[in-house]
Amino acid sequence: MFYRRAGLRHTRYQDERQLFPLAFDRGLVLTVLAFLIAAPLLLDRLWLTGYLLPWLIWTSAALGLNLLMGWAGQIHLGYGAVMGIGAYAGVHLVRFGVPLEIAMIAGGIMSAGIGTVFGAAALRMKGIYLAMATLAMQFIVDFVISHNAAISGGTLATLQVPAVRFLGVPLTSDWATYYFALFVCFVITLFMLNVKRTSFGRALAALREKDYAAQILGVSTFRYKLMAFWVSSFIGGVVGTVLAVAYLRAVSPDQFHLELSIQILAMIIVGGLGSVLGPFFGTALILFAPIVLNNLLGSVAATFGLDLPIDMRAHLPLLAYGLLVIGFLLYEPLGLAKLYANFRNYMLVWPFRHAQR
Amino acid sequence: MDWMLIAELAVNGVFVGLMYALVSLGMVLIYKTSGIANLAQGAIAMTGGYVAWVLLAGLGAPVWLAIPGALVGMFAFGMLIERVALRRMIGQPVIMTIMLTLGIEIMLRGLLPGVFGASVKRLDIGIPQAPLFVADLLINRATLIGGGISLVLIVASLIFFNSRFGVVMRAVADDQTASWSVGIRVERAIAVAWGLGAVAATAAGILWGSTQGVDWSLSLLLIKALAIAILGGLDSIGGVLIAGVIVGVAESLATGVVDPLVGGGTRDIVAAVIILATLLFKPHGLFGREHIERV
Repeated sequence: MFYRRAGLRHTRYQDERQLFPLAFDRGLVLTVLAFLIAAPLLLDRLWLTGYLLPWLIWTSAALGLNLLMGWAGQIHLGYGAVMGIGAYAGVHLVRFGVPLEIAMIAGGIMSAGIGTVFGAAALRMKGIYLAMATLAMQFIVDFVISHNAAISGGTLATLQVPAVRFLGVPLTSDWATYYFALFVCFVITLFMLNVKRTSFGRALAALREKDYAAQILGVSTFRYKLMAFWVSSFIGGVVGTVLAVAYLRAVSPDQFHLELSIQILAMIIVGGLGSVLGPFFGTALILFAPIVLNNLLGSVAATFGLDLPIDMRAHLPLLAYGLLVIGFLLYEPLGLAKLYANFRNYMLVWPFRHAQR
Repeated sequence: MDWMLIAELAVNGVFVGLMYALVSLGMVLIYKTSGIANLAQGAIAMTGGYVAWVLLAGLGAPVWLAIPGALVGMFAFGMLIERVALRRMIGQPVIMTIMLTLGIEIMLRGLLPGVFGASVKRLDIGIPQAPLFVADLLINRATLIGGGISLVLIVASLIFFNSRFGVVMRAVADDQTASWSVGIRVERAIAVAWGLGAVAATAAGILWGSTQGVDWSLSLLLIKALAIAILGGLDSIGGVLIAGVIVGVAESLATGVVDPLVGGGTRDIVAAVIILATLLFKPHGLFGREHIERV
C-alpha cells in the first residue's frame, strides 16, 4: 500500500535502472535527507554532536568495511588500524599547514597504500588465515604508531588537531562539523549505492561467491582483491581523518585499537553484510544500544532501589555488542537490513497479501 | 651481551611457551575436528579462571575439589557453546563462524568482569612463588610448574588421539560425511572436542590466573595462542608443543634483548609478527596439513 508499485510503467531503460524505482522510496530517502540537513535547526546541541555526528562518521567507516567484507567477501579484523593510519597521516599534514581537503585525500591514499599490503596477504590465503593475518597487522600497526615518536609524538601523547577549514568554512562550530561529516557520509553512501551497478562491483560479487570460479570466468582475482582492499582502505583513511578532525579533535594511539575494529565489525554484522542501508541501522544500534541500556538499567535500579555495581555498567557495552553479534548471526545473519527488507516486501502489497508472487 | 642472561631468558621462555601452548591446544582440538578457528579461546580461558576463583574464594572449596570442579564445569560449558551456537552455523560461510566465535569472545569479556568486578582476583592454588636457582640460572617456579603441567596435558592429548574415541575424532577430522556413513556420531565428536578445548583453556586460565591474577587480561592469551596454533599448523597437536616453545623463547628473548633497544613493548608484538611471518612464508604452519581446495 505504501510502497506502491501500481501504475509504475518503465518506458525507458534509464527509468528501470534508477537507484530507487519506487516513488515512495524516493520520497522516503528525500525526507530522511531533508531531516538530516535540517537537523541543526530541529535538534539541540547534545543530539547533534552527541548522537548524529558520531552516527554519521561511524556509518561512513562501516560502509567502507562493508565494501570489503560484504561485497568482496574478504575478512578484515584490522579496520581500526587502517583508520588510524589515515587519521595520523591526515592530522600530521593538517599540522604542517596542508589544506584539509588535500590532507583527507592524502590520509586516504596513505591508508590505501598500507591497507593494500594487508590485501597482499589475501592473495595467498583466505578465510580464517586472512582473519588472523589482518588481526596480526592490527597489532603491528598499533605498535608502530605508539612506539614511533615521530608519528604519535611519544607513547602517551595526544596530537591536537589545529583549527581547519573545509571548502573555506572554518570547522569550529557544531553546525560546520556536522555538515562536514554529513557531506562525507553522503558522498560515500552515493558511491556505495552505485558501486553495485558497475563492473567493479559485479567483479567483487563474483569474487565473494567463489574466487577460483571468478578467475575461470575471466575476473582477475589478483587485481580485484587488491582493488577491494585499496578502495575500502581509502574510505577508511578518509573517514579516519574526518573522525580525528570533526569528532575526536585530538588523536592518541589507543583510539584506534582492536576495540574500534571490533565495534565497526559488529556494526556491519548487525546491520547486514553487503547492504548499503545496513550500516546505517547497525551503527545506530551498536552506538546507542549500550547508552540506552545503561540509562534504562540506571533508572530501573533507581526505582527499585537496587544497587547496580559500577563494573557491571562499565562492561555493559561489551556485553551488548557480544549478544547483538551472536543473536544476529544465529537468527538473522543478514542483519537489520534484511528485517527492513522483509517489512518492505510485506508492505509492498499490504493489505492484499494474496497479490504476492 | 651476557650469555647467562640469554640462557636464563630462554629457559624461562620455554616454560612460559608451554603454558601458552595449553591455550592453543584447545584451539587445535576444535579446528581439527570441526574446521572452526575458535577466537573465543582466550575468553574461555578467562572464564575458566573466574570459575575456579568463584569455587575457591567465593564458595570456599578446597583446591583439590575446586580445580576438578572448574574443569568439569567448563567441559559442560564448551559443549553448551557448541550445542547452542556453533551447531546452528553448519554450512554457513567461514566468515560467519569466525564472527560468531568473536562475538562469544566479546560477550564473555563483558559478562564476567561485569558480574564479578573488574579488579584483579588473586587465585591461590598452592604453587610456591619463590624463585628456583639451578646453577646460576634463576627460574620462575610458578612457570616451571605450569609449564610442566601443560606438557603433561599436551602429551596426554596426543595419547588420547590414539585411544578409541580419539580415533573416532580423527575420522571426523578427516572426512565428516564418510564418518557419518560408517555410523560415527559426528555431532558428538565435535561437541566433545569443544568440551576438551574448554578444559584445556580452563587449565591454562587457572595456571595463568595463579601467576598473574584473574581479570579480563587473561583473554589476551588469545593472540599468543593464535600465534602458536598457526606456527605449529592449525591441525597438529605435536606442532603446538614445538611452536609453543618457539613462541615462548622468542617472546622472552625479545623482552630481554630487543626491548632495551627500541624502548619496550616488544613482548606484545612478537606473537603478531610470528603470525604474519608464518602466514606469508608457510601458511599451513610447520606441521599443518596442506589444504587442497576443489572448485
